[in-house]
Amino acid sequence: MTPIRHHVSDQLLMAYAAGALPEAFSLVLATHLSLCDDCRARLGAFEAVGGAVLEGCAAPMPEEALNACMARLGQPAAARPAPAPRRHALIPQPLQDYIGGDLSAVKWRPLGMGVRQAILPTGRGARARLLYIPAGQAVPDHGHRGTELTLVLQGAYRDATDRFGPGDLEIAGEELDHTPIAEPGADCICLAATDAPLRFNSLVPRLLQPLFRI
Amino acid sequence: MFDAMPLQLPDARARRAAYAARAKQETRKTMDMGTEQDWTALLLAVRDEQDRAAFAALFRHFAPRVKGFLMKSGASAALAEECAQETMVTLWNKAHLYDPARASVATWVFTIARNRRIDALRRAARPEPEDLPWGPEAEPDQHDVLELAQETGRLGAALAQLPENQRSLIERAFYGDLTHTEIAAETGLPLGTIKSRIRLALDRLRRTLS
Repeated sequence: MTPIRHHVSDQLLMAYAAGALPEAFSLVLATHLSLCDDCRARLGAFEAVGGAVLEGCAAPMPEEALNACMARLGQPAAARPAPAPRRHALIPQPLQDYIGGDLSAVKWRPLGMGVRQAILPTGRGARARLLYIPAGQAVPDHGHRGTELTLVLQGAYRDATDRFGPGDLEIAGEELDHTPIAEPGADCICLAATDAPLRFNSLVPRLLQPLFRI
Repeated sequence: MFDAMPLQLPDARARRAAYAARAKQETRKTMDMGTEQDWTALLLAVRDEQDRAAFAALFRHFAPRVKGFLMKSGASAALAEECAQETMVTLWNKAHLYDPARASVATWVFTIARNRRIDALRRAARPEPEDLPWGPEAEPDQHDVLELAQETGRLGAALAQLPENQRSLIERAFYGDLTHTEIAAETGLPLGTIKSRIRLALDRLRRTLS
């Protein structure tokens, strides 16, 4: 695997450390962080800020709280359980939990032109989906009303800004209009999350939008 | 002459126990200073020996802070107190997951309290990155642990010295008052060294895995 070139922004990392992101965005970050130790270390630094903020808070606890808490202490787990080995190199555990398995468990729905999607079950505030774009195929030209996070799991795509390969995260805001095109070779699979509907620039995808909830 | 020879310990578990015992001795000497290293030693005593006295000391320091933190996040005093107790019980139950080379105790307590807040107040799930496995053979270097604790202490001092409006923005972000678009990424805090320390610890962990 080529090294990851596109990473999580400080702003998103701090929001994730603070627990301020909608679930769909947290899922994209958790997946990228599972693949990228550099961002995992940056997250650790932001969590250290959270620790420093916590140190600055204090509210008196009644004296009996300690005894009440001690009475609840049981036998702690003796050892760290070894996590199960990842079966698909690019589908880390947090994403597998939402798919209910690896890529073979995904229930794809066609979007036209060979593009397929599978919406993942997440809470309100943002929506997460897997996108399957055949090699060489383009996603219709679109803009963004909010933030769109796109994490490549397999294959690669290009848009006017750059190339995005496995593990790369593209953060698109309202200023970006793009037409992502999957590179020739392997079909491209991405995890994408949006906190507002996309703005398609041509009629047909726009008419189909409510149907596809994109 | 035999006294000067390094003690041969049979395995990592014994090495850990010896470290925890030594760290605890050091802690007893400097207990009232309440530095990051002291909390680390106490949590290791909880982790490796289920030391209830060490837990009580951690509770006295951190439970009121978790309660205060959750009240600033909008919880009532009663809910914040209940969540503070649950946070400390989680610390006891999950002590075996604590890696002192990657997080200070305050940092680790913050992550537990944050998750508790998300469960209690927002009821929105927050997926976590894949767990990194580590066994006794990956027990972190004592020097790394110390350095991280010291860096975390410096970070706390730097936060306290920020101008009021800048500090308040950071605090509000961590209380959960701000959305991700309202959060300013530029904190004005020296985070580079802590990040490099954690990165080294991760590299070491990956090496022992492969």
